[in-house]
Amino acid sequence: MTISEATIDSMISQLDLPKNIMKTLKDDVMKVGVTKKELEDIIDRVRNSYAYACVEPCEAVGVVSAQSIGEPGTQMTMRTFHYAGVAEINVTLGLPRLIEIVDARKQPSTPMMTIALEEEYANDRDKARRLAWEIEATHIEHLADITTDLANMHLIIDLHEKTLMQRGLKVDDIADKLREELDVMVNVSGSIANQVIVTPNSPSYRELLQLAKNIHFITLKGIEGIKRVVIRKDGDEYTLYTEGSQLKEVLQIEGVDITRTYTNNIGEIYDVFGVEAARNAIITEATSTLSEQGLTVDIRHIMLVSDIMCCDGEVKQIGRHGISGEKASVFARAAFEVTVNHLLDAGMRGDRDELNGVTENIIVGQPIKLGTGDVHLITR
Amino acid sequence: MNDIPSIPKRVGAIKFGLLSPREVRKMSVTAIITADTYDDDGYPIDMGLMDLRLGVIDPGLKCKTCGSRAGECPGHFGHIDLVAPVIHVGFNKTIRKALRSICRNCSRLLLDSEKKKNFLAQLETSKEMGHLPDDIINEVFKEARKSKTCPYCSTEQLEIKFEKPSDYVEDGHKLTPTEIRDRFENIPDEDVKVIGMDPSSARPEWMILTVLPVPPVTVRPSITLESGQRSEDDLTHKLVDIIRINQRFQENRDAGAPQLIIEDLWELLQYHVTTFFDNEVSGVPPARHRSGRPLKTLTQRLKGKEGRFRGSLSGKRVNFSARTVVSPDPNLSINEVGVPYAIATQMTIPERVTSRNIGLLRMYVLRGSGVHPGANYVIREDGRRIRVSEINKEELAEKIELGWTVERQLMDGDVVLFNRQPSLHKMSIMAHLVKVLPDKTFRLNPAVCPPYNADFDGDEMNMHVLQTEESRAEASILMQVQENILSPRFGGPIIGGIHDHISGLFLLTRNENAITKNAALELLRKSDIRVLPEPSSYSEDGEPLWNGKQIFSQILPKGLYLEFPAQVCFKCDTCKKKDCEYNAYVVIEDGEMLQGTIDEQAIGAFKGKILDKIVKEFGSEAGAKFVDDFTRLAIRGVMKTGLSFGISDEDIPKTAKMQINNLLNDAEEKVKTLIEAYEAKELEALPGRTLEETIEMKIMQELGKARDQTGNIAGKQLGLENSAVIMAKSGARGSMLNLTQMAACVGQQAVRGERIRRGYAGRTLPHFDKGDLGADAHGFVKASYKSGLNPTEYFFHAIGGREGLVDTAVRTSQSGYLQRRLVNALQDLEVQYDGSVRETRGVVVQFKYGEDGIDSTKSDYSKPEAIHRIVRMVTGKEVN
Repeated sequence: MTISEATIDSMISQLDLPKNIMKTLKDDVMKVGVTKKELEDIIDRVRNSYAYACVEPCEAVGVVSAQSIGEPGTQMTMRTFHYAGVAEINVTLGLPRLIEIVDARKQPSTPMMTIALEEEYANDRDKARRLAWEIEATHIEHLADITTDLANMHLIIDLHEKTLMQRGLKVDDIADKLREELDVMVNVSGSIANQVIVTPNSPSYRELLQLAKNIHFITLKGIEGIKRVVIRKDGDEYTLYTEGSQLKEVLQIEGVDITRTYTNNIGEIYDVFGVEAARNAIITEATSTLSEQGLTVDIRHIMLVSDIMCCDGEVKQIGRHGISGEKASVFARAAFEVTVNHLLDAGMRGDRDELNGVTENIIVGQPIKLGTGDVHLITR
Repeated sequence: MNDIPSIPKRVGAIKFGLLSPREVRKMSVTAIITADTYDDDGYPIDMGLMDLRLGVIDPGLKCKTCGSRAGECPGHFGHIDLVAPVIHVGFNKTIRKALRSICRNCSRLLLDSEKKKNFLAQLETSKEMGHLPDDIINEVFKEARKSKTCPYCSTEQLEIKFEKPSDYVEDGHKLTPTEIRDRFENIPDEDVKVIGMDPSSARPEWMILTVLPVPPVTVRPSITLESGQRSEDDLTHKLVDIIRINQRFQENRDAGAPQLIIEDLWELLQYHVTTFFDNEVSGVPPARHRSGRPLKTLTQRLKGKEGRFRGSLSGKRVNFSARTVVSPDPNLSINEVGVPYAIATQMTIPERVTSRNIGLLRMYVLRGSGVHPGANYVIREDGRRIRVSEINKEELAEKIELGWTVERQLMDGDVVLFNRQPSLHKMSIMAHLVKVLPDKTFRLNPAVCPPYNADFDGDEMNMHVLQTEESRAEASILMQVQENILSPRFGGPIIGGIHDHISGLFLLTRNENAITKNAALELLRKSDIRVLPEPSSYSEDGEPLWNGKQIFSQILPKGLYLEFPAQVCFKCDTCKKKDCEYNAYVVIEDGEMLQGTIDEQAIGAFKGKILDKIVKEFGSEAGAKFVDDFTRLAIRGVMKTGLSFGISDEDIPKTAKMQINNLLNDAEEKVKTLIEAYEAKELEALPGRTLEETIEMKIMQELGKARDQTGNIAGKQLGLENSAVIMAKSGARGSMLNLTQMAACVGQQAVRGERIRRGYAGRTLPHFDKGDLGADAHGFVKASYKSGLNPTEYFFHAIGGREGLVDTAVRTSQSGYLQRRLVNALQDLEVQYDGSVRETRGVVVQFKYGEDGIDSTKSDYSKPEAIHRIVRMVTGKEVN
């Protein structure tokens, strides 16, 4: 006599078990079909098995996690550049990347975005291509040959018609943009097609040379900071991969699927989506860095590191400018780095070290309050 | 109940503060007025730096303050009365900020009372929250500095400039420490609180010194050289300087010397006091020893890796430890460690004499320290230690009574800690049981090499003998090797078969292997197997024969069910599972191995599925027994067939060599055409790459492909019976790539992932033309290791090899620092009884550890295997 889904549901849903366990349990019993007695038996065993598999209280999970991430670090390669995912884009990998993640750097050394597109764009190569040009920062050197005309004291810009077409730009637009950004005289040549002449405000060589230099920094189209966009077909849809990352700006572009767009810049994720997203980003990035090197690390360890970095509501570095520098104990801070400053400050403020942590108790020479040191026997 | 030692008191908290001049005088036992240390007889001068009231370091003398001898006297502070106040270097930053934010006339904080209250409240909350007040204090200083006139006395404030190292200039006039001190003295207590100081333990004026505490002699012991000459500590030298200048200053001032000279001397005094505290202040030339070596003063003593904090307080040297070279012994259990006699006779375990063990302990004492299980010391009830010697051993054995302690020598079965540096994870220190053995090395089962990352090329390891009953209990329950078979890093076994274990069992289980009764018993001799199963076949003359799988099954526990693809699996598109024709799918039912081959996937460290399952289902003891059994079985298994590898194993037939040569020539030809296309500008650049990058990538690709193909040819020629192939395929050691390099072609040498480019202008070596892009000019090694490399190839190979070495050297330091930072950040986290993870302040980091509260070593790699199993067990129906 198998029981109905409703009964199973009511029996399982009140259990004090993690959600994913309850889900698999339900799926399993639904698949095979059980009697009430069998289900009771199963639930009983599952609960026992779960209780057995739980961590024991007082376990020093922090140190275990730290070691579990630090130890494989010795086995990682130093090789910085590697082509991950897309052959065309270089990404920092291995130990340097892991260090970058725990350092909570505002700007990673190789920012990169994966931009998913909305359906309409994802299946149409041309539309995807056009979107890519919207995103990729276009500079003058992509479009034109620049000649410095010393005789007439101006810059001659010969635009390539083909690239203009490709990137959806017009000569007038470029002239306007240059005028606006550089604040100089910009004329569209009447005689020669696609030629723009830029004249500095005062006829000095210095200013002309400065102008020739500055003109390269102007973003004519697209998002500044995104150096390159590569289109690739992933499965049956087109996806954009970018070198450089500007999450905020990219998300505002029409056609970008906000829900599936990703960047490897954790700082940006924090700014745009908040700590919870940043925490998940740290987990994803650290996990992929480790697994790319063929190292298996249980996700719980990475979660713990990520959680301690984010638990105060902002992404804090692992090190003296972050978690270690903000510890409550003077001794713990002094024993880590910049010893003398911490001691002097403590003296000045009249701090009290309550000796709750590990380092402090080792320094004063008494048992630490972790693991077996945290258990007390009370006799009557 | 007097003999129960009192429980040591726990230090509850430590308070920090600044020393006030009053306090310095109060704790001082004497003023120090003379710069001389010893008189002509070598006796310390009164009121000198070595005054006997400051404590004693010479044996024989008694401290004049506490009356104890050297070693017992903790030392006592003295003091020097400074003629004029000087600034404490460490507080320069705070002094600067405080000066700028208080009124130059009335010394009140330049903030109105409303703001003060506000900041005070903020400080209070941050203290309650357990946050550091740094940000708020800086805000106070910034805010106060903004006001140009005092809100209380309306005095106009002047800009105060700080000049390195310790000068404060107010509108062109240099403030003397006396002036600064006067200003600070007048700051009211409630204003002091707002700048983050606690007026009861740290008044701002105490940052300017009027009295200098003189550390006790025990802090700065002098050493007597062999020549009988005394050599003083750096701190003493510095103190001598301070006293001298202080005296001269006093004399000059009393004599009414000109202002200029007074100022000079004041500055000099400031310099000496500054370097006494910190000899590495920027802008101050470090004080030097006569030899030119900079002095190590207070800050230098505390700072850095070898400093007091990291070197002497967080990490300490210990007694009861031993260190020697390690070597393997597969006949030991993984829980054991072989300890050489020489060490066992030196190391001791204290054992208290009770009515039950008095006879035994008496016997140890009677043996003395020369014969092995003997005793080295006895400790009387009053705590006196007596060495057991040949002369007094009988007498001592007689005298032993209840309450004494005997320090007996290390014996079989004692629990010790065993460690190999670098200690990167908790499995770097594990508890082993002692097995006293002859010879001079520590012996360990090779299966425990992976957690220690040890090999036997001369590695040394440390052993620590536990001295108390509690520590031994804790170690054997939590730290014993068998409790650490599973690594919390990935939840799988970190202890397991390596090298010969894998190839041994591979050879044993691979084929049918007709094994006679004698051979079978020989194989299982060291395991607790007494009965052989039904023979699998009979020979022509009726002799019973067993196969290797049956022999291996004997060491598997009953009730083990397992199926998995072996390492040798060909990764076919659709796995035929039980019908695998390559014998690469292992099936174990009720502890009996039915098919497949045992290799790295079954018993290897990091991967071993059988081991993983046994530990998780049958417990760690069964796991340890299984490891012990298979190491012994594997060693005998590999001895039965023998496995050797020599240079002739890399031989490949002439025809294959020809094939390889043709292949490589073809590849070179292709590279040439690529280069031609590139030079003719016909090559199409890859998207987002320059032409140069494109050609490099294409050449690399071509050559890589060629190397792989040569490898395939060589691999085919070597066949599955080749020892090297056996090792590579079973996962015991080496890879097919290593074999390819030995037999066929070494391949491209790379630096930073690119072909070798560095060298001379336009070329790597003078052997090539400038601008040559060809394979051989950029580090492609056509030869195999066996055939030998030509000079240019050899050189390129060395370049590639050097990169690897540099890489390792850089990596170890970087990852070491990463590890230190991670551990420091996370060390205070602990799972609470409610399942949450909190740090010492009580801040919740995770509400449930890992979101599900599961220990990684107890889960099936985070997969719901256990639930499927339970459902299957109860209903008897397959879930998937």
